[in-house]
Amino acid sequence: MIAIDILGLEKTYSVGFWRKKPKCALRPLHLRVEEGEIFGFLGPNGAGKTTTLKMLMGLVYPTAGSALILGMEINDPRMKAQIGFLPEQPYFYDYLTAGELLDYYGQLSGVAPKERSRKVREVLERVGLADVIRVQLRKFSKGMLQRVGIAQAILHDPRIVFLDEPMSGLDPMGRREVRDLMEQLKHEGKTVFFSTHILSDAEALCDRVAIIHLGELQSVGAVVDLTSSIEGKIELVWHGSKVPAAMNGLGADCHVTGDTVRAVLLEGNQEAALEALRREQLRIVSLIPARTSLEEYFVRKLQPSKAAAGVTK
Amino acid sequence: MNGRVVHIASNTFREAVRDRVLYNLIAFALLMSGAAILVGQISIGIERLVVIHLGLTAVSLFGVVIAIFIGIGLVSKEIDKRTLYTVLSRPVQRWEFIVGKFFGLAGTLVVNTFFMALGVFAALLYVSQHFHAADGWVLVALYFIILQFLIITAVALLFSSFSSPLLSAVFAFALFVIGTFAEDLRGFAGMTHGLTRWLATGAAYLVPNFSALNVISSVAHEQPVPGHLILSNTAYALVYASMALCGAVLIFEHRNLK
Amino acid sequence: MKPSSRITITASILLVSCLAGSVLLLRSIDRQRTGATLEEVLYISSPKLLKHLSLGYDGLLADIYWTRAVQYFGDHLDKGAEHYDLLGPLLEITTTLDPHLLVAYEYGTNFLAANGGQPRRAIELSEFGIRNNPNEWHLYYGLGFVYCMNLKDYAKASESFLRGSKVPDAHPFLKVLAAQMAERGGDIQTARLLWTTTFQTTKDRDIRGNAVAHLRALQVDEDVPILERLVAQYRDKTGHLPQSFSDLEAANLMRGTPVDPAGHTYKLLPDGRVEVRVPDELPFIQKGTPPGYVAPIPKFKPID
Repeated sequence: MIAIDILGLEKTYSVGFWRKKPKCALRPLHLRVEEGEIFGFLGPNGAGKTTTLKMLMGLVYPTAGSALILGMEINDPRMKAQIGFLPEQPYFYDYLTAGELLDYYGQLSGVAPKERSRKVREVLERVGLADVIRVQLRKFSKGMLQRVGIAQAILHDPRIVFLDEPMSGLDPMGRREVRDLMEQLKHEGKTVFFSTHILSDAEALCDRVAIIHLGELQSVGAVVDLTSSIEGKIELVWHGSKVPAAMNGLGADCHVTGDTVRAVLLEGNQEAALEALRREQLRIVSLIPARTSLEEYFVRKLQPSKAAAGVTK
Repeated sequence: MNGRVVHIASNTFREAVRDRVLYNLIAFALLMSGAAILVGQISIGIERLVVIHLGLTAVSLFGVVIAIFIGIGLVSKEIDKRTLYTVLSRPVQRWEFIVGKFFGLAGTLVVNTFFMALGVFAALLYVSQHFHAADGWVLVALYFIILQFLIITAVALLFSSFSSPLLSAVFAFALFVIGTFAEDLRGFAGMTHGLTRWLATGAAYLVPNFSALNVISSVAHEQPVPGHLILSNTAYALVYASMALCGAVLIFEHRNLK
Repeated sequence: MKPSSRITITASILLVSCLAGSVLLLRSIDRQRTGATLEEVLYISSPKLLKHLSLGYDGLLADIYWTRAVQYFGDHLDKGAEHYDLLGPLLEITTTLDPHLLVAYEYGTNFLAANGGQPRRAIELSEFGIRNNPNEWHLYYGLGFVYCMNLKDYAKASESFLRGSKVPDAHPFLKVLAAQMAERGGDIQTARLLWTTTFQTTKDRDIRGNAVAHLRALQVDEDVPILERLVAQYRDKTGHLPQSFSDLEAANLMRGTPVDPAGHTYKLLPDGRVEVRVPDELPFIQKGTPPGYVAPIPKFKPID
């Protein structure tokens, strides 16, 4: 079954005092997400990811086009009962406690009264907030709020979960936990649609990704397919300040700092480089991937439009 | 009654209470006790008059201020802080949100007024030593004040659905003042001619008519309020509030949330 | 993925019907409450208290009360009311809030004294106005008017006109009036002079209308005795009473048919008396009415 079917969704804003200047936030987007997959919606800041999500949630009305979620219209309450949404940098009613907030959301999502308190406790445990169930949200840190956000998105056992930048504000531990959670959701048969500009997460989690930039879809496909054509780069560090002549021939980018040299070169030239260093008897400090293949793909794809600025490791 | 509307209403009520709005009751209680004691000691022969005038005017003003200050933020605050996103992504329709907010605030005001009414009657008892039959009309005056609150709340909610809190407060307050003199505005309109007359009459009928709902003076002078007036006023308040709510629903339905 | 059209249509229909409903209900409420506002409004005990309560916005409040006073008066005039009980308090409140609202004093002297039957009150109001606006000759004029026309106190009237004449830019007539009071206070000429002056020096439509009505009445009061004297002359000459005015014409005693200010010809009765054809159209007349005629409450139309 097609979980999300986006048919030419488009959004243009009219800005300026007399509403004369149109600003295109999203060009006609065609996209399909299958049920049960983890789908990454990637792009630099301002690419149109959040706009797309807002339109799917019915918060913003598209200029043209439409979308179907689980085969139903966007404002269909039956559909909304089966989806969960975590907005970017969420903010909740700070006068409520975590338990009360989730109970309120449970009420609005139509969770049966008998089950609500159980489900609230369960989901809070799942996101690691079981012991703050009675604490007011105004006392929560950013990371805690993010977890509450995830909790409210999965409380009512939705079939699809939409996450906008789910890792933002989390420390590495937190990010790891969220990644694990997303894997679990997939194992439960749910569909996860999440947007991010952190490519390493996407590479680790996603079955398929879509890359969007300046409101336009650049490519869609399985990570493996997209990166198969891309060779990764490696970073090689050795002691000393000597750069073997062979390095230049291998197209290596070398920097000398103090008594170490750092060189970045294509993965394929790895063996030749190591051989050159051995011949010179230089001591190798480290050999690591300089960029993930997806990042490489991303940068190359978006290079003409100076996309690098929005990309992070 | 629509379950989601009820849930939104009770959450709105909870928010108001936790926002410590009910603390205004303390100020009110102090005011009433002070006035009652002062008046009781001076004994100027019109104690009852003063207590009712002061008490009911205070109930009205306190309530209007609360209605405006909370009402203007009901929608705009949720949009600004984006707490609305996680609500509307659930099977909640936009109109249910508006209506729920309305009942939440209206309920808060009713509860607030109830406690204030106790205060007024307590003060009345203090200065008159016992209740008169005519004191029953004070209840009618309080009922009319609650009807005023319904109108003001709906109007504040309407402004909140499209305007910033500051502007909404100004508009709502202005409408309250003009509405108090609505009858004069209609008289005024009757004395003009031509296009001015049309515009003035239109404005005069569009503005909420608070003068009819203000029976504080007659009640203070122990005058009865005719039954048909109570009915007409009730109908008017309900119809006007519904009108403002419809406007809010329409605007909110068509809004792109930032 | 558009705003729900079902909601839009439902809410729009509901909004329009509520709008219609609110207008209808408002009209119904107005009908139930006519006059209630004023009574209520005056319950704010004293004008001084009201001034304090107005928090400095007394000018605006004065305007509002003035509007109510004019409406009240207009309402009562239409209905032909006998008393204008609330006019006094309304004017009092208006002038307390804004002592410089001159037209309020004019109203007081013109309507409180005559139609309202409260000359004393009108005098108090005028004196209050004079205290607050000593250089407005209008106010002295009004005061003198009341003394002359309503209280027949020609000495006081003369004194008021004299006071007024001393004010810079005073209407030159005030000196004349002062003198005339002393000699011929009760004359029709004096009355005519006063009403004409009133008519010429005011901008208020109600007051002008009132003045015109009085002038017409004076005309009748003058015409009727003259006509009756002519009839008597005819009788002396011919020994019998004339049948109609043409008889008088034939006897060279008058020319043309006499017409009253309302536009109807005077009636000549068999017993020699002259009457006005439609007395109801000429309020304030004292002559030319049939015996036993009870004048209805005087009504007049405001004139620009």
